[in-house]
Amino acid sequence: MMQLASDDAERAAAEGESASRVILVSRRGFLGGMFSAGALILCARLLPANAAAPLQASDLEDAAWYPSVYLGIEPNGTVIIVAHRSEMGTGIRTALPMVAADELDADWTRVRIEQALGDPNYGDQNTDGSKSIRDFYEALRIAGASARLMLERAAASRWGVPASQCRAHNHRVLHVTSSRSVGYGELAMPAAQQPLPDKKELRFKAAHELRYVGKAVPIVDLHDICTGKAIYGFDAQMPGMVYAMIARSPVIGGTLKSYDDGETRQVPGVQQTVVIPPAKAPYAFQPLGGVAVIADNTWAAIQGRQKLKVEWEPGENASYDSSAYKQSLYETARRPQKVVRNVGDVDAEFARGGKVQDASYYVPLLSQSPMEPPAAVADYRDGKVVVWAATQNPQAVQDEVASALQIQKQDVICHVTLLGGGFGRKSKPDYVAEAAVLSKAVGKPVKVTWTREDEIQFGYYNAVAAMYLKAAIGAHGKPTAWLQRSVFPPITSTFDANAVYGDPGHLGQGWLDVPFAIPNLRAENGPAKAHVRIGWLRSVANVYHAFAIQSFLDELAAAAGRDRVEYFLDVLGPPRVIDLKTQVTLTGNFNYGKPLEQYPIDTGRLRRVAQVVAERSGWAKHKPSKGHGFGFAAHRSFLSYAAAVVEVEVDAKGGLRIPHVHVALDPGRAIHPERVQAQLEGAVVFGVTLALMGEITAAKGRIQQSNFHDYPIARINEVPSEIHTYIVPSEALPAGVGEPGVPPIAPALCNAVFSATGKRIRDLPIKNTKLV
Amino acid sequence: MIQLTVNGVARQFDGDPQMPLLWYLRDRLQLTGSKYGCGIGLCGACTVHLNGDATRSCVTPMSGAAGATVVTIEGLSEHGDHKLQKAWEAGNVPQCGYCQSGQIMQAAALLKQKPRPTDHDIDAAMEGNLCRCGTYQRIRQAIKRAAGG
Repeated sequence: MMQLASDDAERAAAEGESASRVILVSRRGFLGGMFSAGALILCARLLPANAAAPLQASDLEDAAWYPSVYLGIEPNGTVIIVAHRSEMGTGIRTALPMVAADELDADWTRVRIEQALGDPNYGDQNTDGSKSIRDFYEALRIAGASARLMLERAAASRWGVPASQCRAHNHRVLHVTSSRSVGYGELAMPAAQQPLPDKKELRFKAAHELRYVGKAVPIVDLHDICTGKAIYGFDAQMPGMVYAMIARSPVIGGTLKSYDDGETRQVPGVQQTVVIPPAKAPYAFQPLGGVAVIADNTWAAIQGRQKLKVEWEPGENASYDSSAYKQSLYETARRPQKVVRNVGDVDAEFARGGKVQDASYYVPLLSQSPMEPPAAVADYRDGKVVVWAATQNPQAVQDEVASALQIQKQDVICHVTLLGGGFGRKSKPDYVAEAAVLSKAVGKPVKVTWTREDEIQFGYYNAVAAMYLKAAIGAHGKPTAWLQRSVFPPITSTFDANAVYGDPGHLGQGWLDVPFAIPNLRAENGPAKAHVRIGWLRSVANVYHAFAIQSFLDELAAAAGRDRVEYFLDVLGPPRVIDLKTQVTLTGNFNYGKPLEQYPIDTGRLRRVAQVVAERSGWAKHKPSKGHGFGFAAHRSFLSYAAAVVEVEVDAKGGLRIPHVHVALDPGRAIHPERVQAQLEGAVVFGVTLALMGEITAAKGRIQQSNFHDYPIARINEVPSEIHTYIVPSEALPAGVGEPGVPPIAPALCNAVFSATGKRIRDLPIKNTKLV
Repeated sequence: MIQLTVNGVARQFDGDPQMPLLWYLRDRLQLTGSKYGCGIGLCGACTVHLNGDATRSCVTPMSGAAGATVVTIEGLSEHGDHKLQKAWEAGNVPQCGYCQSGQIMQAAALLKQKPRPTDHDIDAAMEGNLCRCGTYQRIRQAIKRAAGG
């Protein structure tokens, strides 16, 4: 594998310098009794995400920074590390604490992880966008190294020796010229008296000294999960709690016309019904409203809801029909739209009258459908609320609950449980607000759980999208002009009822950042009105953008009769950093919230993952035959670079099998490579699922799917027989891991289907096309 | 009055005989290791052993559990050291972990019937257990590890 250019590493180091600082905590109250008196407590503070200027001493006093991550050492030697991000399966509750524990040279068996409450003092807690490591890695590293140096200095002071003779190792500080040593616990109080070291004084571990980072440390919840003790939102309990099931309008924006709960109240265990007022557009994270059935247990609540007789006024979204909507998206995509990026002159090149190729692509609405549907329990009492929730974003819980109940944000205490999957659904706290509203109404703690039917029918869906692509074909079948239009109801419509165009953040997800070296290139985006709540789903807009672009490129390569990987590398062009700023016509951040200077679009890294996956999968040796094909796709997302090779077999009846998938990822520095592999394995299954069978549709505004029989998730006998993952070694800044593996999978799979059958899949999911 | 044994403890239930076993376990006994995922027997997250057989507790009414011996993930082994639990941990199988109780219970029933399952046996036994995180490859490896293969 190739070496990374050394300037990348220098750049990384330089940016780390300005990314974070550690301070001693002064506001002890905020830690909520997590630590005992006499503990050494360190707090890492972060700069705002986009600040890249070097720190000045005065900034430490003046800037509006927020503490984010805490590290403490108890007098008994226990190291406490606060996990402020939500664990939904990525391993973040293990990986971030590992970083601090490593620099501290702590004994991992004496580290206790505490899950943070929602609190703005931690900085961003929205576990979304594959950003936990890249935003907090440096902060935890500094926290650990600062604490280690303070312990060493405290020991030096105790022994009256130079600090240079004291070395922290495995939970003890050793005096290197004598046999003396002292444990961290004993040093906690004197270390807390030490002045905070300057960043320049810190010594970070060399790669060979790392004990945890880069190693396969088991996730901290592993044993609890395997023994059924792990607590998810669905499992949270409060004394005296009652159970709620809510009947919601089947059409978004619908209102309650009338209801009869006579039979409901006959169900043993049902206590009462409560009307929740309807949400008004934009729906954002509001409870949708409806009729809640309050009961002694979940079953009674389910039964009671079934017996409700409810009439809804469906409202304007009742006209929403997926097949008509699809045609309208296609039509919009075939007309000129708003230009979001331009290079050269596409129109002039098309006007020359040479060979032209075009195609349209379509990806339907998708539901996140984590195995655990939304669930929360809330207790409202005297103007304050305590909630336990499976949430990706506890601060949004505080905001939404406060808004729903007209109370202060700080009066909402949000405990975060483990999440039985999130995939973006649990970034939206509507279900937590439901529990809080109901608790206030009934005067008891209320647990709201969503059934699978609720989860599928009242979701925040990944946008349905149509894309039109057109290329002028030059020598060797290479495009001399490239036009691409995407049309999708934007996520911003969930927060602004009038929003119809993609925002820079989501157009930056694999659309205007198309990396090809084509002299004339134009990206456009057309308007689409949303009729359901649109939200984030693992890899978001990259799902449909990568599908269209990587499928179309494969079509061009096929027409040119060229090897797909070789053609991709040719069109990608020589390794370079793309100067997007001069080409993009939108204002706002379109690089995952990061400056392009810090995380450039480096085609050399995309090239490398493509080469790695081709080499490791034996691409050059593969000989497709009838019913047996190979597909390739590569895509940058969440600042990481991913490429995939998918092998398919299609039998005489059109049955599809996937013997092998190979996927390579360059995520920058990999903190927990074993969990990166796990995320890639999961991304392949997620990508295969959405490509083969993922489809949410609406008729008369109502979602037509309801459970796993009609919104299936790939099963053990349907997923690839073997998934091979490759992490490309990199010293670049850490980037995304949870999502970047997903986007290349659907196009690589469809390209493989073409290779095997000659059938080109332009509409997902594949199940809607007969393969033979 | 329905009588049953749950994880070795004799229990009596006098509620709605149509209530699925899952909600009895979770809401009454606070045995929350068995999970809700679909409510109609399509995902396997609620899998328990009913008289030794892997059973979807979300579609098993309490009347169907009368006189039965029920074992949940909490009762699979005394110290959390069933060979499958050990294999699951050794292979770092879980991601979010929500479906894994059901996966382990399903696999435990498989190994009782077929101590050395083939890939085909594993697929056939496990295809009713969904994992949205996509841990299937490791599930297969862990079952083989536990089977000594």
